[in-house]
Amino acid sequence: MVFIATEVMLFGGLLLAYFVYRHAYPQGFATGSRHTEVVIGTANTAILLTSSFLVAWAVEIFSAEARKLTAALLVGAICLGLAFIVLKGIEYHGEYEEHLVPGIDFRFKGDLANGVQLFFIYYFIATAIHALHMIIGISLLAILALLCRNVPSTRHRAALHIVALYWHFVDMVWIFLFALIYLPGRSIS
Amino acid sequence: MTQLRPSFPLIAAWLGLLGVLALTVTMAYVPLGAANALVALGIGIIKAGLVVGIFMGLRHRSGLTRLFAGAGLVWLGILLWLGLMDFLTRT
Repeated sequence: MVFIATEVMLFGGLLLAYFVYRHAYPQGFATGSRHTEVVIGTANTAILLTSSFLVAWAVEIFSAEARKLTAALLVGAICLGLAFIVLKGIEYHGEYEEHLVPGIDFRFKGDLANGVQLFFIYYFIATAIHALHMIIGISLLAILALLCRNVPSTRHRAALHIVALYWHFVDMVWIFLFALIYLPGRSIS
Repeated sequence: MTQLRPSFPLIAAWLGLLGVLALTVTMAYVPLGAANALVALGIGIIKAGLVVGIFMGLRHRSGLTRLFAGAGLVWLGILLWLGLMDFLTRT
């Protein structure tokens, strides 16, 4: 919990930066947001929510008798986590093709170019830090799945609890990133 | 008999989260002006509440754990409040 509270501060800083720049460039941010892939974003949100559900289920039934199902649920969550990363990669690739990657290939023209560029800088930093957390979470879940399957004990129960909390936290960060990155500016036609 | 099926609150939270996700995406396309951002954030907070309360099981915890979870929120609140004060009040 202490660690998660410090993580709240890391993402809190990102959140603050977002609000400051969105306040400074409201139209640029709305336009930038419309250029993100809302279908992939929504699918990824559903994927993460479901993987969190599987992990919470695994925590609930953890016991020596249910160790196969526990491990299977964790493997399911890992697969969903990997699906998230793959979709994110497809999305990054799409943005590269559309010349929307600041610093590498950014060719958005017009009055709003500055704001849109700031939006995409924020987008890449925030989603990359989140994806890094996902990869760490997937690795931890994989270790736990092996441990739970082979030698389930009370120590592993505690470890599973902690990893589950971390996974849910990463899920929660995405909930807010989704609301801030994908949803703004959609109602303006 | 070992319990294998997920408990009702877990399933309800999962389905609720997916339902609310569909709602927030739909609402994003309804022109509400500045209220769009409030709706998106408000629904985000509801989702986070479901994750913390039910998936993380904070509703079963007491004392120290809740204190730390609350402290995280308070620090975040101070960060955003003091951090944004300058930018939002400047003309």
